[in-house]
Amino acid sequence: MATKSLKKLGSDLAQSNKQLEILSNGIFKTGELPTFKDKISETSQFPLIAKKLEILQINVGYMCNQVCDHCHVDAGPDRKEIMTRDTMRQCLEVIKTSGAHTLDLTGGAPEMNPDFRWFVEEAAKVGIKDFIVRSNLTIIRANKKYYDLPEFFKKHNVHVVSSMPHWTRGKTDKQRGEGVFDMSIKALQELNAVGYGMPDSDLRLDLVYNPSGAFLPGDQAAMEKDFKKALLEDFDIKFHNLFAITNLPIARFLDFLIASENYEDYMYQLVEAYNPTAVKNVMCTNTLSISWDGYLFDCDFNQMLELPVNSKSRHISDFNEELLEGRNIVISQHCYGCTAGAGSSCQGVVA
Amino acid sequence: MAKTYYDPADLRKFGKITEWNEELGNKFFDYYGKVFEEGALTAREKSLIALAVAHTEQCPYCIDAYTKDTLQRGVTKEEMMEAIHVGAAIKSGATLVHGVQMMNKVNKLDG
Repeated sequence: MATKSLKKLGSDLAQSNKQLEILSNGIFKTGELPTFKDKISETSQFPLIAKKLEILQINVGYMCNQVCDHCHVDAGPDRKEIMTRDTMRQCLEVIKTSGAHTLDLTGGAPEMNPDFRWFVEEAAKVGIKDFIVRSNLTIIRANKKYYDLPEFFKKHNVHVVSSMPHWTRGKTDKQRGEGVFDMSIKALQELNAVGYGMPDSDLRLDLVYNPSGAFLPGDQAAMEKDFKKALLEDFDIKFHNLFAITNLPIARFLDFLIASENYEDYMYQLVEAYNPTAVKNVMCTNTLSISWDGYLFDCDFNQMLELPVNSKSRHISDFNEELLEGRNIVISQHCYGCTAGAGSSCQGVVA
Repeated sequence: MAKTYYDPADLRKFGKITEWNEELGNKFFDYYGKVFEEGALTAREKSLIALAVAHTEQCPYCIDAYTKDTLQRGVTKEEMMEAIHVGAAIKSGATLVHGVQMMNKVNKLDG
């Protein structure tokens, strides 16, 4: 189990250019596998073009109380990148004027940003249709000051989306750390207690599943059924939907793939499961990702790879929705992660 | 001749068997695909059966494929090992139940 971020460890892979180098060399350079560009060109889907903006995803900081094995953000307690209130104010202006129907706050653990509650209160006033906070669950039990988060989320009608890699303790703790399973169960029970996740409730509680190793997620609907049955029987927990998300080969997951000699096999799996129908609905075509320091990216993964949007509008301070619409999406081989099988996005499958 | 009888990379080439007999190859893969679809048994249950049979057949390709497949379906390692024991129990049972045949023969020949 990891205890420090790659950045803190001074690992080569903490540098985004090193990751991009790995993704462009080897089996992709020799032509053993086609590059993502070549693959989507086969079905005339290159270049990928941004459609109308629907989802604004804001990463309010990389600090986290957990150090999960496969984190694509390389988040952890030692990460100090945190969004300031000034940048949040600029985001609020954009939320007010943009046509996006969904606001999606992520991190790290977004709740650890000292201005998180202020930001949620202000953003909730704008009256956006779907207001998501991606919570790792354990943060709710990490410290007394977070105990009231379920009530706080409820007050602002926040849609809670939480990571839960498995319905058993062994698999969960292996991936996310000792004790994470028990704390997550307790947090889910507390969310249920205030009304989250109940069958007819407007208080939405969805779970995110991502595989614990070098394999792809199974069928989302079947996994949801298994999760619901086990969590209900074992802990009397209810939730709405399960999103099955594929691990993208970047940051700590890439580090794991290389160290465990699974990298090539994993890339083969992704390429063999390539689904052109999923390409039509990849999230980068209707989403913008905003980093802690206000820069704009096609997705959270490109943010971590420091691949900025291909547009003159590059920062929240000069946000221009018209300029951004129709931009060419920046791609590399990690994009295969979103087009394998039924596809993958922050909202689960796309095909 | 290859230096080893089994190469993990050959599993990816399984589909190529259709190249030398398209009709039968395609019929097999259609059948195979259909068998593993969700039916009266869930795809997860079928995957666990396949994992157990992969071991009784001692097919390294199948063990590779169905270990990964069961993992993908959220099967735990405890469940996987139990499934293999089911296969092993049937294998050893199948051996031992023939002991009755031996006993019958002894009784006939040697009273």
